[in-house]
Amino acid sequence: MAEPQASAIRTRGLNLWYGDFQALFDVDLDVAPKQVTSLIGPSGCGKSTLLRSINRINERIDSVRMEGEIRVLGHDVLAPEIEKAQLRKRVGMVFQRPNPLPLSIRDNVLFGWRIDHGGRPDKDEGEALLEESLRRVLLWDRVKDRLGQRATGLSLEEQQKLCIARLLPVQPQVLLMDEPCSALDPAATSAVEELIWELREQYTILLVTHNMAQARRASDDCVFMLMGKLVEKGPTGELFLTPQRQETADYIEGRYG
Amino acid sequence: MNAEFDRLDRAWYIDRIAKGLIFLCGISAIIFILSIFVFIFAQAFGFITEDLDVGEFLTDPTWRPTSESNPVYGTLALIAGTASVTGLAMLISVPISLGAAIYISEFATGRTKEVLKVVIEMLAAIPSVVWGFIGLTIMNPLIIQIFDVPMGLNVLNAGIILGLMAAPIMTTIAEDALKAVPDSYREAAEAMGATRWQIIRRVVLPSARNGLTAAVLLGVGRGFGETMAVLMASGHSVNLPTSPFDSVRALTATIAAELGETAHGSPHFGALFTIGVMLLLITFAINLTADLIIRGGWKQRGHN
Repeated sequence: MAEPQASAIRTRGLNLWYGDFQALFDVDLDVAPKQVTSLIGPSGCGKSTLLRSINRINERIDSVRMEGEIRVLGHDVLAPEIEKAQLRKRVGMVFQRPNPLPLSIRDNVLFGWRIDHGGRPDKDEGEALLEESLRRVLLWDRVKDRLGQRATGLSLEEQQKLCIARLLPVQPQVLLMDEPCSALDPAATSAVEELIWELREQYTILLVTHNMAQARRASDDCVFMLMGKLVEKGPTGELFLTPQRQETADYIEGRYG
Repeated sequence: MNAEFDRLDRAWYIDRIAKGLIFLCGISAIIFILSIFVFIFAQAFGFITEDLDVGEFLTDPTWRPTSESNPVYGTLALIAGTASVTGLAMLISVPISLGAAIYISEFATGRTKEVLKVVIEMLAAIPSVVWGFIGLTIMNPLIIQIFDVPMGLNVLNAGIILGLMAAPIMTTIAEDALKAVPDSYREAAEAMGATRWQIIRRVVLPSARNGLTAAVLLGVGRGFGETMAVLMASGHSVNLPTSPFDSVRALTATIAAELGETAHGSPHFGALFTIGVMLLLITFAINLTADLIIRGGWKQRGHN
């Protein structure tokens, strides 16, 4: 059941184990709707694990076990009656390495729609969805003449934008991004960052990043994690200027990590 | 100037010799295949140039090489025998193999997966005469009983046996093809809300298409070349089959059964070798096609 909720994503007492190894400890996370929230922290701090819990894609690993509560738009997503496939259609994910499917650009964008509706959209509807999604990620003008070509032939920046575009036809409300720029060069990074910044008007975005400058540039709120625990969260500007905790201060000053 | 720097020591000579020997082993496959081609062609040469009537050879269903007055060397019935048995075998083994490969690659985990792979490799190692024996002693009475036919050594029997024989190797190759599909594709599709079957149907199978086609082709090649099991299970009578319950004779089985009985250098002997040439060319073409398809797939992936 959906309950009215201020946070788009909310976790309470979230613990996660890979086999015997505990990767998350009592994480209480709140992600405000229609903002970019960045998750920062050194390698192995659990930020990707936390991100991948929210659409439960981490359950691809058999040894994963979770306890606690995750609510997305008010829905208890760890509840037994939750269909993971349906959850993932509402909660889109962008990965570290662009991972377009080995299909045409067109089929990539319409993939989500097709698996959601169980068939192809009719021609006009499909073309409209295609154009709208690709325009939204500022890719339309660059690829409109080669929609039938394989998406894997695009540049990395274009591939990553395509990976965002293909989430849009099924109208997700939340986008999870796992270091979406780490495989990109600086120019492409800034292009994708701009896109993320623009998408926040419509989507709740949770962005894992290794790059503190990126968190600073491209997020409204920022969450700092360390050793599987959520250490501090706050508006990005405040967190970077006046961190409340010593670990946070040390990390953003580059004393470790 | 400094003698030490150009010294050829023991290690240098050993290195040269090892290199030479390894090179010989490496190219031995080429030597063998060329020798086999030359040998088979040489044996068939006399028949091909003197007695062969290509039209009769390929289109006459009468195989009567031992007739004193009027020998006929028509292989149509034998070709039909091989084709019908192989065709039925593929109808049986392609779905089973693909299903098994999908199960092993996409569903099975841990021990189940390991055990299955080992068992399938063991199945592939069963000698074909054992399969033929199963055809003779188990399938034969079973077919007679179930279908109420007078004889159980026929296309159906040989097709089932050959299908079961070809399935393990096809499964192994098909599983390799599925395994080669990058996991990031599955993850991407899963994160978009695709179900297991949608991932397989829309992402994994299309990506593995080349490898799967090659697996099927190699299975077909296996079918064409198989001799002993088909000889034992097919009934071995020259016949243009009109139903699965007709006995047939395969090209390979004909060579195996008759070669020992013919006089060296006789037209019959040459005719059998000509069949050998034909089989060699067919399997060579099938394997080459499979190989090109696999390589084509690699090249395509390399571009991206």
